[in-house]
Amino acid sequence: MKSKAPSIPYLIWMLLFTIIPLIMVVYYAFTDKSGNFTVQTFKDSLFYTDVFIKSLWIALVSTLLCLVLAYPLSYVMSRSSRRGQNILTMLIMLPMWMNFILRIYAWVLLLQNDGLIDLAVKFLGLDVPLLGNAGAVILGMVYNYLPFMILPIHAVMLKIDNSLIEASKDLGANKFNVFRKVVFPLSIPGIISGTTMVFVPTASTFLVAQYLGGTGDKMIGDVIENIFQRDKNIGSAISLALMVIILLFIIAMNKFGDEEVVA
Amino acid sequence: MKRKMSVPSIIYIIVVMIFLYLPIFVLILYSFNNGKTSVWKGFTLKWYSELFNSVPIMTSLKNTIIIAILASIISTVLGTLASVGIFNMKNPLRSIVTNVSNVPIINPEIVTGVSFMLLFVFVGNIFHFEMGFGTVLIAHISFCTPYVILNVMPKLRQMDYSIYEAALDLGCNERQAFFKTVIPEIMPGVISGLLMSFTYSLDDFVITYFTRGAKFQTLPIEIYTMLKRRISPTINALSTLLFVITITILIIVNVREAKAEESRS
Repeated sequence: MKSKAPSIPYLIWMLLFTIIPLIMVVYYAFTDKSGNFTVQTFKDSLFYTDVFIKSLWIALVSTLLCLVLAYPLSYVMSRSSRRGQNILTMLIMLPMWMNFILRIYAWVLLLQNDGLIDLAVKFLGLDVPLLGNAGAVILGMVYNYLPFMILPIHAVMLKIDNSLIEASKDLGANKFNVFRKVVFPLSIPGIISGTTMVFVPTASTFLVAQYLGGTGDKMIGDVIENIFQRDKNIGSAISLALMVIILLFIIAMNKFGDEEVVA
Repeated sequence: MKRKMSVPSIIYIIVVMIFLYLPIFVLILYSFNNGKTSVWKGFTLKWYSELFNSVPIMTSLKNTIIIAILASIISTVLGTLASVGIFNMKNPLRSIVTNVSNVPIINPEIVTGVSFMLLFVFVGNIFHFEMGFGTVLIAHISFCTPYVILNVMPKLRQMDYSIYEAALDLGCNERQAFFKTVIPEIMPGVISGLLMSFTYSLDDFVITYFTRGAKFQTLPIEIYTMLKRRISPTINALSTLLFVITITILIIVNVREAKAEESRS
């Protein structure tokens, strides 16, 4: 029980299948087709800057929408009975157990011409294409990742000591001030982990934009998938850039979280 | 805490639930539609019979289950052993190993997938093999094991170390003491790690997509291929069945947990 030896198989496994594959990405990113060192791959990647920015923008909007939708729900949930909380948690998790391609395909069925929502919109006298634009992509992302925002915020809100809320009420705080000075600050760690858990997969996902978006709505994940069939080196350069951006985002979120705790 | 919810709260919950379940409801509804478009043409079960008669779907289902079983068992053994070893390490080694182990969790899935592909193609060119069952299995074990460690580690930390020492004092050798005291203590973590690995493996699309080679199909890949070819309500029938199976398993697990909780209190 005192030995480090049981971890040796996994340490070897990590070396072979976590560290070396990442080194391969870096290697291919900095070499050309014949294996010579180059940074031309990154210059070529600049061609996709617009896609990068659009992906991050879609991820940002989706994350904010998730937050706006999830926060009140988590709050209401945390104030309900234990039994109610268990049922709601299960209801929120259940759709996540369905394969994500099927969940996106379901939205294609709803939004397509003569789909249920399309018919409803037409009935209201509007005739706008619902499928094939950035809005549909954002809708799909929010649908896909909303539970990842609700669950961490709910988990943090559950831990808030009720006596803190009662104390602030006794000291004369009205409902709004109880929320602003007690509930909200204590829920920030949940917001931070929810934001990370939604933003990271949204920014890097592929397929969602292919199904729900139009030709101009390709996201960086789709570009990586596409370009790897032609050019491993440029593909690796873009992957490396994506990885670094995501890592910086996570570090920034963690730092922000630590500062909040100190304050 | 046990107070009645206000009417706006209830309405809000209902709206979110409609948002979450309307797409699934529509998928299920169209699986019974006697027509290929979104227009309702009467009730049928023909898509279900087509589903069971489809060789590619059944083969990929079999592959998915085999991969999920193997990947979850191997990851659980590998991850549990690793947790014990990492638990005995001291900082900074311990935090370095933990951070490297978390890389597949933090890293965007597509980058993990692409990095595996680069490795497997490179090694495959040297040793003349192609990606397929083996590479998918390796990839799945690699992204499942960190979740096992994540589940087992807290149980090791919570464990009362004196139980283990007591077992040694009472005459167990180290191996016996480990299996009689440590394993039962961390078992809940091991089980949840196993279940998590199994479901992640079952559901994975992105990493399998990059490591499967040309021929090997899993169910998520088959769904993707089917949607690329033509839209057929067979997919809806498949979704419905998967959803019903999931609900059944979840209900069984939850009822059992609730019963266990009742008998404890």
